[in-house]
This record gives sequence, structure tokens and C-alpha cells, in this order.
Amino acid sequence: MKFLIKLLFLITFIFSITVHSNELIKLDKAPIDLNDHASLQRGARNFINYCLNCHSANYMRYNRLTDIGLSENLIKDNLLFTAEKVGEPMKIAMTQKDAKAWFGAMPPDLSVEVRARGADWVYGYLRGYYRDPSRPTGWNNTVYEKTAMPHILWKLQGDQKLNPERQTLELTKPGSLTAKEYDTFVGDLVNYLAYMSEPSKIKRLNMGYYVLIFLGVLLFLAVKLKKEFWKDIK
Amino acid sequence: MRAELKNKNPSSGFVAWIDERFPLSSLITNHMTKYYAPKNFNFWYLFGALALVVLVVQLITGLLLTMHYKPDADLAFASVEYIMRDVPYGWLIRYMHSTGASMFFIVIYLHMFRALIYGSYKSPRELLFLFGVGIFFILMAEAFFGYLLPWGQMSYWGAQVIINLFSTIPFIGPDLSEWVRGDYLVSDATLNRFFAFHVIALPLALVGLVFFHLVALHEVGSNNPDGIEIKKNLDKKTGIPLDGIAFHPYYTVKDLVGLSVFLIVFASIIFYLPEMGGYFLEANNFIPADPLKTPAHIAPVWYFTPYYSILRAVPPILNSQFPGVAAMGLAVLVFAFLPWLDKSNVKSIRYKGHIFKSWIALFVVSFFTLGYLGTEPSNVWGQFSNAIPFIGGIDKATVVARIFTVTYFLFFVLMPYYSRKDITKPVPSRVVYK
Repeated sequence: MKFLIKLLFLITFIFSITVHSNELIKLDKAPIDLNDHASLQRGARNFINYCLNCHSANYMRYNRLTDIGLSENLIKDNLLFTAEKVGEPMKIAMTQKDAKAWFGAMPPDLSVEVRARGADWVYGYLRGYYRDPSRPTGWNNTVYEKTAMPHILWKLQGDQKLNPERQTLELTKPGSLTAKEYDTFVGDLVNYLAYMSEPSKIKRLNMGYYVLIFLGVLLFLAVKLKKEFWKDIK
Repeated sequence: MRAELKNKNPSSGFVAWIDERFPLSSLITNHMTKYYAPKNFNFWYLFGALALVVLVVQLITGLLLTMHYKPDADLAFASVEYIMRDVPYGWLIRYMHSTGASMFFIVIYLHMFRALIYGSYKSPRELLFLFGVGIFFILMAEAFFGYLLPWGQMSYWGAQVIINLFSTIPFIGPDLSEWVRGDYLVSDATLNRFFAFHVIALPLALVGLVFFHLVALHEVGSNNPDGIEIKKNLDKKTGIPLDGIAFHPYYTVKDLVGLSVFLIVFASIIFYLPEMGGYFLEANNFIPADPLKTPAHIAPVWYFTPYYSILRAVPPILNSQFPGVAAMGLAVLVFAFLPWLDKSNVKSIRYKGHIFKSWIALFVVSFFTLGYLGTEPSNVWGQFSNAIPFIGGIDKATVVARIFTVTYFLFFVLMPYYSRKDITKPVPSRVVYK
């Protein structure tokens, strides 16, 4: 019993330090599901078509997309725009010098962006653009104020206007997608970005069960062994 | 000696051959099968063995990581991502190492707390304890050097902040911090020397000190939850302590149970919570180091936060931040004086009085509160109203950190006084078992 109390103390100690949140804005939950291959594949397509011109993903190799159910031939025929071989990383042609001149800063590499910002942040950011004539790009963002990135997906989302009193966004001119379709589009993209930030996560989550089952068996045997040996200690 | 061993193992030819050249059998006998440990060890006596396991985990995973890691400011960040993606099971090795670092500190803090409550620092274990304090120092340095290597934003700016602490030292400070960095700012030169310290110098020192720690332990024997010297009650015939049991097999099998539980916790973190909500791996560290962009909030890794809090709590004196730095250093160093600060006539908390128990409780609360505050910006709780005299306008968290910094030090400074005054209970002559 005493041991249990102490164990609980240890566990609460470990987990009490995980409680952590200091978000400034209320962010919607991004629809992350690493087992949803269809969503990840759509997200990969969206990423390569819309993002991978200015943003690189230097640590991600094209053929890693076989993880999410694509074959190397499918990748070669449909997605391999910025490299020649399927084993190459997702690089871009834009140089840092040009980027500085055009955008004021080099667009960040997106390989691990979701791990730095969080999926919910990226999901909120890509849905948070609104018209703001005072900005050089004509766009501002509720999640990342004065962002240097123009609204790349505006044709899909349409124009939004900020209601300054309630801090909410209103659609003023619809884009080619409905609001729901746009959320799905961005949701797939963020799901893919989350996958890309740690491709080994799928394997990690699956492998963990086996390791824990093994350790559970080890614990069971260790307890039996200990009891057997300690029988004669009085 | 040699003849005696030969007689003991007349049949085992190969072992005898080795024993004539290396004391294998006597080492096993003296340190395992006939090393007698008190039979009343409890939960708290597990963490020494666990620390040894974590040390081995860190050495092996660290060795594997160096096979792919590149200590170069241009390549370091990418090489870590290469390990995470392209090296087979590289992610597992890296998470074992990063989680291992935090687990090392959890285990060591619990191990130190054990020493604190059962008086394991008291005579005749002063040297054993000092080796332990040395291990703690080296471990902190090892963790600090290692944290720069992934070359993320937190690595970079954390190192910048800590190295700048040296520049507050009067007269030699600025030159000293430049000498430590090897450059005017944290750069490739800094990364290279930190790598050298992290993989060669400090692990060697650590393993050496752990060896001395164990040699000293086996010389004086373990303390126990009753704080009774088991060597004072020997069996008249055999000369074996009456309350002692052979380390092997009794404690090897008992530690195996504890180790299994520990590994379940360890594996759960590695596989399901490797970032531990930003405490084991900070989100900002997934952004490559950028000397031109200072993060809004620089917080050290959780295991340094109590000391970081003390650093921030001490106000500058004569425009110098040095008092804070000195207080932080002293907060770590002060443990080394424990054997001479505790004047109590009993070792274990079981027989100490209410005064000592209350001080330990206050110390634990201080440590945890300072630890928590160190992870947050100092304005986390807002400011006191300007209407209040003295503390008006000051961050609430800073005032709380100051109070607990004082109680942290009072625990040590007043110990000679309150430990003498404390009314202790009589200690039984034999250990309490079951």
C-alpha cells in the first residue's frame, strides 16, 4: 500500500509537469489522423502543389511518401516536381537572396514546422487570413499578425473581413471552395504537415504496444522471481 | 589469497585460470554474493541502481548518435533530422537519449531526496556523499553541453544565456565568457567544444566518479531507512551482519522488479510522449538556431528550472547580476556541506522530530515551486498593485520566487541550529523489517 502511494507520487510528479498551456488565441483543433491515408495523400498533393514552391521540406524525401500508401511510380508520375529522383528530398529552386528581395524573409522550411508551431496553430493560421489594405501583401492574419506570407489559398477560400469588435472573420467574397470544403482542404494539408514533421511517428506508436507488452511480461516474471527468493528473508 | 581461492573452486579450471591472473571470483564474492546490504531497503533505495542503468543507456545511445550526428553549425540541425528520419531506428535512439536525459535527473533527484530523508550523508558516508554531489555537478554540465548539440533555437539561446552568466563575474567575466564560447557569440567554435566536452571529457569524469561512488559505498556499506549501522550487529559465528542479506541474489531480483516498472514508464514516454508537453523536448528547438532572432521566452529544460528561478529571484546589486549567479551556484554547491550541517543524533527521518520534518517539507515545496516558476516568464501571475508599499508594481511570481529562494537556503543555513534542537525518537538496535 505504502509502495503504491509512493508510486502514485512518482507518476503524478512526472505527469504534473506535462500540464502546460498558455495559448493567447483560442485555436480550433486540427483534424490530425495519421492512419487516414486518403487524407494524408490529399494533403501531400495540396502541399506539393501550393506550398513547395516557396517553402522547402529539405529533410523529407519524396519516396518516404510510400509510408502513406503511395507507390514510387505514383509519386514519380504525379508529385515529383522539384527533384529528378524519387529518393531526393523536397527542395525548392528559390534562393535565399531572391526570397529576401521578394518577401522580406526566407519562407521557413516546413519539414518540422508543425513540431515547432503545433498543428492547431498551422490549421488556424491557414484559415485566419483577412483583407487588410495597410499590409504590403494586402492580407493580414488573426493567428499571426502582420504575417509576411500572402494568402496563397485565397482563390480557394475567397476574401474574409475582420470584424474588429468581436474579433471574428466574415466571408465577403466566396472562393472556389465552400467554407466546409476549404476546412477539409486545409485539414488534409495540416494532417500531412503533421505527418511530415515526424514520419516515424506511425511506427513509433505501433511499436510501443509490443515494447510495453514485453515489459509487462518482464515485470510479471520479475515479481514472481523476487517473491520466490525473498520467501526465506524474515 | 590465491591458494585460498584455488581451494574454493577446485573443479572450475577456466575460472581458476582467470583467478590466478585477475581477481574475478573475489570481485564477484566481495561485491555481489557476499556483499551484505540491509534487508529493510524500501522504494527509495531503488534509484541508485536505476541511475546506473540510465547512465549505461545514455552512453550506448550517445555512442550510436555520434555515428550520424555532425558537430557543425551548418549541419547539426539537419543531421539530427537525418537521424530522426533516414537512420534505421534513429528516432528510437534519439528519443531514448533525450528522454534518458530527463529521466536521469528524475532518478538522481529522487536518489538525492533519499539521502536527505534517511541521513545517508552522515558519518561515515561523507565522502560517498561528496562523490555523489560531484556526480550531480558533472551531470548538470553534461546535460547543458548536450542541449546545445541539436542546434535549435532553445539550444542556441539557452547556451547564450548560461554562458553570459560568466560575464557577470567581476573583472574577468567578459573575457571568461568569450573564452568559454571561443567566439564573440555562440557559434560553430562553441558547438565543437561543447560536443567535445559532451562526448569525451564529461562522460569520462562521470564514469570515474560513479566508480569512486561505488567503491566508497562498498567500503562503508549502505545506509537504510532506519539509519542503523548493520555492521554493529554481526553474527558471532559467521561475522555476517544479522540484518544484512547478500546483494545478489536478493537485491538483484528486487531491483529487477523496480527496473521493470521504471522501463515501463521510460518506454511509455519514449513511444507516446517523447516531447512531454514541451518539457523534455521544447517546441522552439524544432526551429534551427538563428543568431538574429531571440525567442520571446527562453526557458531552460525543466531540471534546471529551480536554479534558474533562484538566479532570476535575486535582484541585481550595484548594477551587477553577479549576486544572482552566485546564489544559483551556491544553491547547487550547498548540498556538499550537508554532512557537517546536520547535527542531529539520528540519521533517519523515522526518528527525527517535527522540526526537521517540517523543514524538509518546506524545502520540497520550495524546490517544486521554484522549479515551476522557472518554466514560466516572471510576469506569469501579473504584478502587485502599486498601492501596496515595497512590493507594489513587482511581478507576483518574482516575490514568491524570492520567498522560496530564502526558504531553500534557510533549510541548509539553519540546519545546525534546528537539527540540534529537534526532539528525536529513540533508535532501535536492529532494523525494522515488515
